[in-house]
Amino acid sequence: MNTKSELILDIKNLKVEYRTDDGVVNAVNGLDLEIEKGQTHGLVGETGAGKTTTALSVLDLIQSPPGIIVDGKIKLEGKNIRGLKDKDMESIRGNDVSMIFQDPMTSLNPVMTIEDQIAEVIEYHESGGYKEAIEKTHEMLTMVGLPPRRGKEYPHQFSGGMKQRVVIAMALACRPKLLIADEPTTALDVTIQAQVLTLMKNLKNQYGTSMLMITHDLGIVAEICDKVSVIYAGHIIEHGDLVDIFDNTRHPYTEGLFNSLPNLQDRKAKLIPIKGLMPDPTDLPTGCPFHPRCDYAMDICTKKYPEKRYRNDQHFVECHLYDSDNIKRGGVIKRG
Amino acid sequence: MWKYIGKRIVYLIPVVIGVTFMVFLIMNMAPGDPVKSILGEQASPEAIEELREELGLNDNILIQYKNYFLGLIKGDMGISYKSKVGVAEEIGARLPTTAKLSVIAIAIAISLSIPLGIIAAVKQNTWIDSLTMFVALLGVSVPVFWLGLMLLLFFSLKLGWFPVSGAANWKSFILPGIALGFLSMASIARVTRSSMLEVIRQDYIRTARSKGVPYNTIIRKHALKNALIPTITVAGLQIGTLLGGSVLTETVFGLPGIGRLMIQSIQGRDLPMVLGCIIVFTVAFSIVNLIVDIIYAFVDPRIKSQYT
Amino acid sequence: MDGIIHNNKKPTDALKIKQKYKKQSQLKEIWFRLKKNKTSVLGLIIILIIISLAIASGFIYDYDEDVINQNISERLQSPSLDHPFGTDELGRDILARIIYGSRTSLSIGFTTVVISLISGGILGAISGFYGGRIDNVIMRIMDIFLAIPGTLFAITIVAALGTSTINLMIALSISGVPRFARIVRSSVMTVKDVEFVEAARAIGANNLRIIIQHVIPNSLAPVIVQTTLQVATIILTIAGLSFLGLGVSAPQPEWGAMLSSARAYMREYSYMTLFPGLAIMITILALNLLGDGLRDALDPRLK
Repeated sequence: MNTKSELILDIKNLKVEYRTDDGVVNAVNGLDLEIEKGQTHGLVGETGAGKTTTALSVLDLIQSPPGIIVDGKIKLEGKNIRGLKDKDMESIRGNDVSMIFQDPMTSLNPVMTIEDQIAEVIEYHESGGYKEAIEKTHEMLTMVGLPPRRGKEYPHQFSGGMKQRVVIAMALACRPKLLIADEPTTALDVTIQAQVLTLMKNLKNQYGTSMLMITHDLGIVAEICDKVSVIYAGHIIEHGDLVDIFDNTRHPYTEGLFNSLPNLQDRKAKLIPIKGLMPDPTDLPTGCPFHPRCDYAMDICTKKYPEKRYRNDQHFVECHLYDSDNIKRGGVIKRG
Repeated sequence: MWKYIGKRIVYLIPVVIGVTFMVFLIMNMAPGDPVKSILGEQASPEAIEELREELGLNDNILIQYKNYFLGLIKGDMGISYKSKVGVAEEIGARLPTTAKLSVIAIAIAISLSIPLGIIAAVKQNTWIDSLTMFVALLGVSVPVFWLGLMLLLFFSLKLGWFPVSGAANWKSFILPGIALGFLSMASIARVTRSSMLEVIRQDYIRTARSKGVPYNTIIRKHALKNALIPTITVAGLQIGTLLGGSVLTETVFGLPGIGRLMIQSIQGRDLPMVLGCIIVFTVAFSIVNLIVDIIYAFVDPRIKSQYT
Repeated sequence: MDGIIHNNKKPTDALKIKQKYKKQSQLKEIWFRLKKNKTSVLGLIIILIIISLAIASGFIYDYDEDVINQNISERLQSPSLDHPFGTDELGRDILARIIYGSRTSLSIGFTTVVISLISGGILGAISGFYGGRIDNVIMRIMDIFLAIPGTLFAITIVAALGTSTINLMIALSISGVPRFARIVRSSVMTVKDVEFVEAARAIGANNLRIIIQHVIPNSLAPVIVQTTLQVATIILTIAGLSFLGLGVSAPQPEWGAMLSSARAYMREYSYMTLFPGLAIMITILALNLLGDGLRDALDPRLK
């Protein structure tokens, strides 16, 4: 682990709860996440696994009440950013770290022109007045493939894909060090998805931005990510690079995710869905939260949360199936 | 924009015709012969018939309405049965009082309600929120005339700060303005709060926060304009309630406005005068609705673009 | 809980709530949520007390003896043990008149709302169900009704037909129709295209049956809220018109009319103006509390 100094984002033991009338929702439960500079880090999991909550925690944007960060450290380039004063946090948001949200239809203000919305972030973080901000806005619009003359229009005059381009322009306007993209293409048509992804990939390379890509789509991960973390019930249960995760899958849950994908090459191959549903976050199972759905569950799985087992210096799994020996030999699971 | 305004004005015309026709129709259902009430019960049949013809009462209702409406456009609303003066002149003389009262009430209502609603929403579940909403709840529950009476009792009769009746100077309008504006203030504050609460949970507010915009600026710049959209609707409806309330307020405070004129005319069975007063109120309300629609388009670009 | 679903799109939570409520009818669900809201329960209790008083008033007081009969020797007495709210200018007990007044207000209020609801509901259902030209004609007429402020409309009708309780009820009933028509129409329009209605139609259920079995239960919730608020509006309008001398007339006890006659004695006998007004305010406040609670129970997002 000699890469510590190059971490852009370092999350340790993050715990987030939503305290509601009907009980405490344990959204994130001791999550660790390290993102290296310049890399694209995929965070993969089902809906409700805590992906968005993790992302929002970084920017301290969790709706409170009912959300509350209970524990954990969040470091940006080695500096703690958890529990900063509002003013200090505001200077990070949109400047050092910016975020692209899932639904472009609702993430733009309907009563403000799009150029004003982009210029706003520039005005807040860069010297120079409104005029300069608008000039830069027009550059950004060109960059994301929109004609600057359309800047005076309102969000309802744009399609979903175009809106997401606006959001991307807004997120990249101040050249952030870290870009958090929360399922940026989920709400878009498939053809538009590809366009938007390519655009993000290119701009990221051009600016040297690090990126946290939140998705449930393993195709997107294969396409643009360098590292992958698989999240389940607020824990990272498997982490590694693309080769580790795709070719040396260890965790039964990760395996299940792959088995749920349709196989275009072999159309006779059967889909093997993961049985059951995400556990109720107000009442998580004891031990490994995946055990009720796991085909390999053992006695110990119901009692004790598994520790990290490393296959190499980065690839780890949190699963009782493995000890330090058998993890190197190969997965216990055959791919379907 | 002009196209939108033009369309709204065109749309106003059938509404005004419909409303005035309906009022005209209802007023014509009044039992009793208006001619007899002018000439007295002992009048000769010839005199009655002559006057009927003169007033156009022998025509069918549609023609009567057409004549009335054409007169209305020219500013002629007929002659009072009682005082024999022109209805339009009498109403014109009373109009400034009612207009002043309404404008003061609206100004009080809007200038207080929106800030209160915003503060209550931003400070949701604090004592400020509870207090504001309790006062607002009282405001929508208290009858305007009773509030007027209580204000009159305390500030005019007990403390002597304001005149008890009449419209002698600006002081005469303070208490009526407060009484009349209070209900609207309360309703608008309530809707401002709830739409503000809805808006600050929207995704675009989170986007704005993710850009590093300070929270107060977000409320002012992003949330308020969106929250105003339902607020404007309610404010428009409130002005209708307020016009109705002005009748009561004028009665309580003895203000010589159109509302009071209307009530006196009803008691005196002076139908042309009653009709004129009601027509003025409803046309005013239609115009207010038009203005509300236009303000709407200025706030919400989505509405404007439907018409361009 | 619901706030989270809304913001963070957690279907697991939504699922849980759905499961929780699945077996309950819509009304039970509303009642369940309403019970949690303390102020609405307070509103409901106050209304129940007022209704019981209105019903029991006949047992507490003798109408002719206590409410109508003049008793000049006891006129204009300040509140005392014998007359907790004092007596009016004709020596009648104000408390007795206020309690009987609740009968007047509530009976007119509920009757007119039921009339408005039935006629508005039928018009709205026809409008929403058949759509097209019928819809257009009905709704334009409703628009015209809505273009006249409620109090003014009531004044217009009473001015034309003359002052009487029946005319007042006609006026109030008509002015409530457009709102109910609109609510029922929009409920019908949302329900009419939902799958289960299409399914019902597919198995040959006729329109009337669809309306009774599917549309009515589904528009119940917004109608209940509007009914509560409409009763409040009507009671206020009755009081207002009676205050102007255009509503309930003497000697029948009514809160607005009581205020109207108390005005002349306001300077010396201010208690006369205090209690009837308080009675109106408490009634309306309770109805508003209940109405707000019902609305929140129906739309928990706005909590």
